[in-house]
Amino acid sequence: MTPIPQSIDAVETLLASQGYVASRALATVVFLSLKLGRPLFLEGEAGTGKTEIAKTLATALGRRLIRLQCYEGLDAASAVAEWNFAAQMIAIRTAEGATDRDALQAELFTEDYLIERPLLAAMRPQPGGAPVLLIDELDRTDEPFEAFLLEALSDFQVTIPELGTIKAPEPPIVILTSNRTREVHDALKRRCLYHWVDYPTFDRELDILHARAPEAQAQLSREIVAFVQKLRREDLFKRPGVAETIDWAKCLLALDVIALSPEVISDTLGAILKYQDDIQKLQGSEAKRLLDEVKRELVPA
Amino acid sequence: MATYAPLDIPEDGKLAHNIAHFARALRKAGLPVGPGRTLDAVNAVAAAGFDRREDFYFTLQAIFVSRPEERSLFAQVFRLFWRDPRYLDHMMSLMLPQVHGVQEDRIAQAAEKRAAEALLDGQLPPAPKSDTPEGEQIEIDASSTMSSEERLKTLDFEQMSAGEIADAKRMLAKLSLPVQPLKTRRSQASTLTTRIDARRTLREAMRHGGELTTLKYKAPVTRWPNLVVLCDISGSMADYSRMVLHFVHAVANRKGQGWARVHAFTFGTRLTNITRHLRARDVDAALKAAGSEAQDWSGGTRIGQSLHTFNRDWSRRVLGQGAVVLLITDGLDRDDTALLRHETERLHLSCRRLIWLNPLLRWTGFAPKAAGIRAILPNVDSFRAGHSIASLEALGRAISEPSDHGERDRLMAAIRT
Repeated sequence: MTPIPQSIDAVETLLASQGYVASRALATVVFLSLKLGRPLFLEGEAGTGKTEIAKTLATALGRRLIRLQCYEGLDAASAVAEWNFAAQMIAIRTAEGATDRDALQAELFTEDYLIERPLLAAMRPQPGGAPVLLIDELDRTDEPFEAFLLEALSDFQVTIPELGTIKAPEPPIVILTSNRTREVHDALKRRCLYHWVDYPTFDRELDILHARAPEAQAQLSREIVAFVQKLRREDLFKRPGVAETIDWAKCLLALDVIALSPEVISDTLGAILKYQDDIQKLQGSEAKRLLDEVKRELVPA
Repeated sequence: MATYAPLDIPEDGKLAHNIAHFARALRKAGLPVGPGRTLDAVNAVAAAGFDRREDFYFTLQAIFVSRPEERSLFAQVFRLFWRDPRYLDHMMSLMLPQVHGVQEDRIAQAAEKRAAEALLDGQLPPAPKSDTPEGEQIEIDASSTMSSEERLKTLDFEQMSAGEIADAKRMLAKLSLPVQPLKTRRSQASTLTTRIDARRTLREAMRHGGELTTLKYKAPVTRWPNLVVLCDISGSMADYSRMVLHFVHAVANRKGQGWARVHAFTFGTRLTNITRHLRARDVDAALKAAGSEAQDWSGGTRIGQSLHTFNRDWSRRVLGQGAVVLLITDGLDRDDTALLRHETERLHLSCRRLIWLNPLLRWTGFAPKAAGIRAILPNVDSFRAGHSIASLEALGRAISEPSDHGERDRLMAAIRT
């Protein structure tokens, strides 16, 4: 089991060892979250590496990753635990005729008949230490579920009416992410450390691309990153994230592309732009114009 | 630029005190910072160490900031606060002409200004009143001219005629906007015998020694959708949009009538979010605040451009949970109609229902001749007049009836012929 890093630099090194290039600001909040045992709330555009940080932390620290994917109508039964109704029914049938009602009651509502869901699993001791609990895309659930999370996040315990309160012996490392399709309530944010994950700078994105797609040639990587950075300044409905940059680089590698050309860009545009409006805007001469600008800017380097 | 005095850290550290003072400065600057966060900040700084200014900054930011908009304000307060205190006094006096001067070269950024005011609270002489006469103002009535010139003026709601106010109040007293609740995937106990609730059935059975005597049932929980109002306040709509905003205010503030949240935007030549202002209980205060926020009252109109701004900046944040959009405009747009068609299509694709209220429809014999109207019409779910009490009542029925298209189909037929 890897110990928790003891300084911000150590966090940066730890993340870098797993191929995650974090900004100083992100490394600071991750360090604080580990050190103070506070949940980490990450907000930002899609594809900026919010979910990835949880996966990276889990691998780097040798912890189990437990993921709770949020969706509209997510309720306690699918987030914490559910009773195995069928097994309970069978138990009742086989116990028919037995007179000891209290014993039956005690037997039916035990953990043998409980189906664990992510939140409960995160409260259990795990091999390798407290798990990393990823509550992904919190903005997709509704407000009642947020309120339900308050207990789990501030006291690291969950309550099952038939069993009582289950408290984590060692608090899990909690990471919440949101794409900000709606505002998350302040009561929840107050219990967390907040960080807005921005698009990376040119140099950092280049580092990320090197870490994630090391087989790409230096010149091609520079062109890819410069082009995507330029795209983000265009008036687009959905600006491409870092995930799109990496995907695109992998697409270009699969096609054995050595340098960007307008034809290659228009053929592979679907890897970076996901809306028809945006793709249409970039078809043809517009892509060529951007590429020319990119090449002009890259020449002195 | 003067050099910093050497910073030697004294033995009896005052860091915790300073963080508390910093938190107060942030609070004055408008960040929601309570004592709990101050305590967290002291702990966090103790954990993260104090050897690099950059780390110290990110540490405090992680604690005090909880929205992306707050970051710039935080940066400004931080920059002003964390320097040598002797130096700060000096800086404050330097700041004076920059913040309150009349002949400043550049307009101080909003965040910078608020940060400075929070720190300099009470230490400033009042800003000099400008006593130059405003000069004679020439009033141009743009209500039928469709000028795209932006008339940067603040509309005075006091100018509403008594008759108008009486009309509005009478109208609002009668109006509500009923809505059909949406079914969610969550369930609650119910007497409807459709879905068996296994958990409750078994708990009930346990009371009778494991004997299943009665079945318990559950039904889906319902919730209310959000309403998003996009209201045109350009010259050709000005008289009308005042009434409509009264209506929107009533809908937003009436408790227990549906609508989980009401977001309101106005547009003329630019898009303005007035949701916050509509929360004021008093309708006059609310509309006055909204009026001073929206600078393009009674000016020209750029519907396509405004909808583009809405789609890009707001649609993903307010249209997420099955929102219904109420678009209130006459559709008279001189700009590029291709853009308008495109943006209304995008809007239609991202919301649950798009309802267009057009006051022009009150004229009998209205025909969709204008290019803007022809561009919007194919992309709306329902097209309604909504110029009178009767038509706004009809709107209520339209919203709760998913199959209602209003006048859309008749006018679409008119376009095709």
